[in-house]
Order: sequence, then C-alpha cells, then structure tokens
Amino acid sequence: MIIPHAMLQDAVTPAIGTIAMLQDAATPATGIIDVSWTDLALSFALILVAIGVSRWRSLDLERGFVVGAIRAVVQLVAVGYILVYIFAVDQWWLVLLALAVMLLSATQAASRRARGRKPLRNDRKMLWKISGTSMLVGSGLTLAFVTQVLLRVEPWYEPQYLIPLFGMIVGNAMNATALAAERLASELESQRGQVEAYLALGATPARAAAEPERRAMTAALIPTINGLMTVGLVSLPGMMTGQILAGVSPLLAIRYQIVVMFMLVGATALTTAAVVLWYRRTFFTPAAQLSIRVPV
Amino acid sequence: MPAGMADTSPLFSLENVRQARGDAVILRDLSVDIPRTEITALIGPSGSGKTSFLRLLNRLDDPVAGAIRFHGQPIDSYPVAALRRRVGFVFQQPALFAGTVADNLNIAVQLGGPEAQQDPLPIDRVLDAVELSPSFADRDTARLSGGEGQRVSIARALMTRPEVLLLDEPTSALDVEIADRLLRTISRLPAEYGVSVVMVTHRLYEARDMSTWTIMLDSGTVVEAGPTAQLFTAAANERTRAFLAVAK
Repeated sequence: MIIPHAMLQDAVTPAIGTIAMLQDAATPATGIIDVSWTDLALSFALILVAIGVSRWRSLDLERGFVVGAIRAVVQLVAVGYILVYIFAVDQWWLVLLALAVMLLSATQAASRRARGRKPLRNDRKMLWKISGTSMLVGSGLTLAFVTQVLLRVEPWYEPQYLIPLFGMIVGNAMNATALAAERLASELESQRGQVEAYLALGATPARAAAEPERRAMTAALIPTINGLMTVGLVSLPGMMTGQILAGVSPLLAIRYQIVVMFMLVGATALTTAAVVLWYRRTFFTPAAQLSIRVPV
Repeated sequence: MPAGMADTSPLFSLENVRQARGDAVILRDLSVDIPRTEITALIGPSGSGKTSFLRLLNRLDDPVAGAIRFHGQPIDSYPVAALRRRVGFVFQQPALFAGTVADNLNIAVQLGGPEAQQDPLPIDRVLDAVELSPSFADRDTARLSGGEGQRVSIARALMTRPEVLLLDEPTSALDVEIADRLLRTISRLPAEYGVSVVMVTHRLYEARDMSTWTIMLDSGTVVEAGPTAQLFTAAANERTRAFLAVAK
C-alpha cells in the first residue's frame, strides 16, 4: 500500500485519542460527539436486552449482568477520575505509583489463575513473586524502550503515554504469565515419566524439563502470534478504534497500533521466558529431583 | 574409598531409612544391605514401598531420614548425575523419548558424560543384548509394543555403562509370554554387561527363578532378606511365609 506522504505528515499532530478524551473530563476533545451521563443511562438499555435474553432462555445470568454492569461503571468511573487526577498533578512519582498498582493487580490475577487445580508443591507466594518480578522485568524493559527510545516522550514520565501503554503491556504479559505457569505445571505433571527418565540418565533439570518448558512457552506465545496474524482483518484493535473515534487519522492510528503490537510481542516473549525458566526451578530439588506433590 | 584398598562394602546399605509423602509414611525403620550379587529381587505386597525403596537408590527421591550408602560412601557424596549414570533406572512404564530408538540411545550417550561418550557402546550390540534386531534402530518409539518399549528402555539405560540397573516391575504391563522372554534377557545382563540388577517384582516366580538375593518388604519395612533359595524354602519370618503361601 502506498501512503501519500502529505497525509502522513498531517496525521502526526493529535495525541492518543482515547486519552485525550479523559484529559479534560468537562470538555470533550474537538470533533468528538459527547457522551453525556444521560446517554450512559440510555446505554443501560442494552444490558436490559441481555437480561431479557437471559430470562427468555432461562440462563440464570440476570444477576451476573447487573453486578457486572455496575462493577464496570464503578471501576471505569473511578479509573477515569484517577487518570484525570494523575494527569493534572503531573508528578513522576504518582505515575510510577500508578504503574506499580497496575503491576500488582496483574500479578495478583496471574498468580491466582496459574495455580491450577491440583495440589502442587509450588505455593502461591512463590508464584506471586515469580510472576510479579517477571512481569516487572519484561514489561518494564519494553515500556522503557517504547517510551524512551522510540517515542521519546517529554517529560519521561508523561502519564498520557506511560499509563495506557503499560496497561496494554501488563494485560498481555498477565495472560501469558498465567498461561505459561499453568501449562508448565501441568506438563511437568503429565510428562513426569519422561522428565524422570531424563533425570535417571543423569540429565540436568534444565535438560529434563526442556520439552515441558518449550510447550509452556509456545502455549503462552501463540495467542500473541495469532493477534499479529489477524489484526485488522477480524477486528480493529481497541486502541486503534479509540484513536479513530477520537478523530486521529487512521494512518497515525495504525502506526501506533503497529508499535503497540510489536511492543506486546516483545514484552510477552521476555516475560514468558522469565516466568518459565524461573518457575521451572521451583519444581526441582538441588539434587535434581522432580518434586511435584502427587495426591497420595 | 582410598585407592588400592579392596572395596568389601555392600553395594548399597540402608540404615533406619524413613520415607514419607505429606502425612503418609511410606518406609519406616528400614535397614538392609544389598549385596554385590547378580540379581536382587524386591518383593512384597502392593503398597509395601518397593518402588519408593528403589527410587532411593539412584536418588530420584531422598529419604526424609536415615542413611544410604553406595559402595560404603554416603550416597549424597557422589555428584548426582555421576551416580545416576552408574546406577541406571528402568521404569514400570517405558517412558521413551519422542523420536527413533536410535535417538533414545544416543540421548543416553550424550547424557552419559565423558565415559559413555569416549567409547560409546555400538547400538547394534546393545539392541542385540535386549534381543531386538538392528532394524529397530530406525523405528519410531511411538510404534513400539509394550515389550519392545521396555527392551528399548533397558537398552537406553545400558548406554551410560551403568554398574547397577534398577528395574521397577519391568514386566508388569506385559503378557506372561512376553514377560518371560524379557526376564530371560534380563537374567543374561549381569554376565554380559557386568551389571548388578536390583528388580522390583510382584510376580514371585520371577524372584524365585531369577534372583540370587531376595528382600521382602511389608508395610514400608524390610521383614526379611537373604539368599533367594533359602528365603523361598525356609523363610524365617512369619509374614514372609504367609505372603509366599498366599501368593502361590
């Protein structure tokens, strides 16, 4: 595709659209249709439709829809005001604090999801430490690269960039972490015979667990690759959609989106590698024994 | 062991060994020697701790208490990889790696350290030792029968040139006829490869016909050990007699 040069030049001016919307809660950015509180109330009609479907087909999901909708509203309104506040205060430590809170909640979610159903030796606290640190390293390095080397944001902590970008990175890293850890544990358990066959021949734990590790990392990375394959074909990514809704030229929006996609690939790969290599160590004793607590 | 001194200590000796998993006690007050003999059989009712015992001997597990010696030295004084090359383990299920039979044997050589690599055993010869024709080298392990798989896993364990081979019920998943053939193969290994075999079995005739020494376990401890002929004809322990009588 040939992109006319002039168009690209024009497109560079506006900032990330979705964020621009939040920057000033009172006045919408130019050219965007305002969503008033009345409009929001009206949108609840769509939840009522879902409740109607649930009633009609006896899905017993009415409560779920109502609680879900209320939670979504409360959480998003809170986040909206917090972001407005952070943007207004514009202090580096407040931005870092926000990133830390995001990382902590992602860690919490990832380690809860990755624990698996079976009673493994590897306790939650350990998994918490591993996923938190891996996400910190993987996501932190990627965020630093994208904001400081690539976008060169000014000042370095510019919340309008750091917070949404980190949110996307950590969200993906969280999914990959949970997938990788859960898969590694289940592979080591189901491939126990193979792993011990390696150990019995004098293999190191790294060698013995190579195949479970490979499968865990593959499982964690494939959704990211699928994302690259289908982006723009099946659906427009949320961030790009937001920018376009906010009036940004699609040509700038796609460039942001490309950076974002590659950023997610890098962060996911780094995080997954760290999680799998570290988590694997917790399954072996110093004497190269596989220690999974088998239900007796 | 200082150089030049004849090593007269038993192959393995276990002293007050205790093994537990969580709250469940698996082995208790277990003290026994495994002599340097051709084939030692571990017998006992199921759940008596035979497999857990065997796993201690190449440190797939460590006991929670007690001492284990190999050639008179604490078993944990040997580097674990070196110990495992000297003490091979064949599992109840073959646990073969994906790929061909030759791949499996070559992986064992790679893992076998310098001794195994400098002068690797020819694959044909090892296959012959477990009574498989040379054409098996290129077979995919996924296409082997149970008996063939178990032969390959014995061959794989031989590739590191072990001096002891631990076999955990190698015939339990096999038909009687195929099991008998495999047992004949196993009984030739001590003479041909100079390995001592320690074998868990739940089939008493296997122990009686093949082994030179028998250890009887019950409820996680050794109730009797001695030369096989003596144990099978004149067991000193009542539980051993009862077990042998019932199992007949």
